[in-house]
Amino acid sequence: MSAPAARSASTARGGDTGGGAVRGGGAGTAAALAVEGLVVGYAGAPVVDGLTLEVAPGSVVALLGANGAGKTTVLRTLSGLLTPRGGRVLLDGDDLAAVRVEDRVRRGLVQVPEGRSVVTELTVEENLQLGALWRSAGRAARRTAVDEMYDLFEPLARRRASAGHQLSGGERQMLALARALISRPRVLLLDEPSLGLAPRVVAQLFAVLRERADATGLTVLLAEQNVTSALSIADRGVVLALGEVVADAGAADLAADPALRHAYLGF
Amino acid sequence: MDRLVLLVSTGVARGLVIALFALSLVIIWRAARIVNFGQAAMAVVAVYVAFAVHAATGSYVLAVLGALVTGALLGLAVERGLMRRVPGATPMPGMIVAIGLVMVLQSLLGVLFGPRHRPMSPVFSQSPLYVGDVPVLSRYDLFVLVVALVVVVGLGLLFNRSTLGLQLRAAAVAPEVSRLLGVRVPRMVTIGWMLSSAVAALAVLLLVPTELGLNAHSADVLFVHAFTVAVLGGLDSPAGALVGGLVVGVLISLVTGYASAGLAPLAVLGLLTTVLLVRPGGIFATKEARTA
Ligand SMILES: Nc1ncnc2c1ncn2[C@@H]1O[C@H](COP(=O)(O)OP(=O)(O)OP(=O)(O)O)[C@@H](O)[C@H]1O
Ligand SMILES: [Mg+2]
Repeated sequence: MSAPAARSASTARGGDTGGGAVRGGGAGTAAALAVEGLVVGYAGAPVVDGLTLEVAPGSVVALLGANGAGKTTVLRTLSGLLTPRGGRVLLDGDDLAAVRVEDRVRRGLVQVPEGRSVVTELTVEENLQLGALWRSAGRAARRTAVDEMYDLFEPLARRRASAGHQLSGGERQMLALARALISRPRVLLLDEPSLGLAPRVVAQLFAVLRERADATGLTVLLAEQNVTSALSIADRGVVLALGEVVADAGAADLAADPALRHAYLGF
Repeated sequence: MDRLVLLVSTGVARGLVIALFALSLVIIWRAARIVNFGQAAMAVVAVYVAFAVHAATGSYVLAVLGALVTGALLGLAVERGLMRRVPGATPMPGMIVAIGLVMVLQSLLGVLFGPRHRPMSPVFSQSPLYVGDVPVLSRYDLFVLVVALVVVVGLGLLFNRSTLGLQLRAAAVAPEVSRLLGVRVPRMVTIGWMLSSAVAALAVLLLVPTELGLNAHSADVLFVHAFTVAVLGGLDSPAGALVGGLVVGVLISLVTGYASAGLAPLAVLGLLTTVLLVRPGGIFATKEARTA
């Protein structure tokens, strides 16, 4: 796996990216993913009330916030698992309201859900095949796509015949990420991929994300409790509290702001 | 000894039919988390159609096709028209609807065709074949055995070697994750119902010629046996359905042959009780819970 090394100027982290502004090659560039006045919740009062957010193409945005801040709720709404009570979700400017979960995937919006999302009864190989299904027509094309993932995540290659429930937590998270990447998403939503993983594994996974963003223009929205690691690869950080954006700034600025860190991130 | 060979080989053929029907229950259980108590009644409706096709065309192949197609369409209708509208948080409402379906279908068949058994002659002879001078199973039982084996192997290939099978399996155990990977889960549930009803219809079609004949209740006992088997083998386990079907088929054949037909249900019940005592996890116990 490659390190999160060189980065093109257009995606370099810096202080000029706050305020939710769309980054990229000049005026009129559409956000890859945009949320406008999103209202969503469960029974009772909404958990997220009027969230507005934009993610520029090819950028990595960290979605931060304490437990219960609403990160998972936002991601599940973006992927279509939850239906918003108000507001809009736009992918490349298209309203996704009428697009079902399985069709959002076909449009390039892929979510890696919270926790162990590996299908435990299927093998590693089968999990990857499943991820490649709709994208790569034909057995040979799928074989190539799966083998690329084995090259990227070597531990998975050694365990290709193991059932999902036989994998370690880190291997499962690698598999979940590989299975999402194999469908070549344009926008990837990740819900706490670092949960329970060794720092070295977290660094590896995040390095892959950064590399994909730089090399292929993948757009990443990364919900994380692991603030330091997330900000180290992110261009921008958005801090949620009680379903509202309380801070939105360049990743370096956010990491360096002691008041902000103390108030919302608890370190 | 000769008698044992005959009874065991006949039992294996019977057992495979039970296994087929049990497999159909497993397919629906895995796809929709419902024990389809309506399976026997639906299959009998399909076999009535096959009966009519046979009477009209004289072709057994067309009759088989008629049963399969009607079975699949019934599965489609029941899933789309009925089950999809049932609240799905727990298995119970769906099972109650399925029981209601049995009553409606069996009453309808009773009204339309009356209580009499319509005999259906087997396509092959029912007198035993001989290996040397040892009687083994009949030509018809051999036919049943071959057809059932082909279907079991075909289902195995479908579920384990095809991309459709991969999606069916994933959608069954992890519907939410599957949707996030682009699998059209509701379609997979429908396909599961269609596949299951078609297999059940075939099992009943194979069975009817060796029983009293076709009647609204022709498949009731088969359902009880297959349900027992599915419970024994684990409702989630196709292999369990296959092995369980063979065991119950041979058991019934041996008890009927050496003791009396009247004791067979008791023997099946005894087996069920024993296995549940040894593996008290019982009816809905599965290896692993669903992962969202
Ligand atoms: N299924 C649910 N039903 C009712 N309320 C829920 C449900 N899921 C989450 N909530 C509530 O919504 C709020 C936001 O939860 P959410 O899971 O989005 O937070 P989060 O930021 O992902 O937290 P964490 O970092 O702990 O994962 C919390 O107050 C939570 O209690
Ligand atoms: Mg969460």
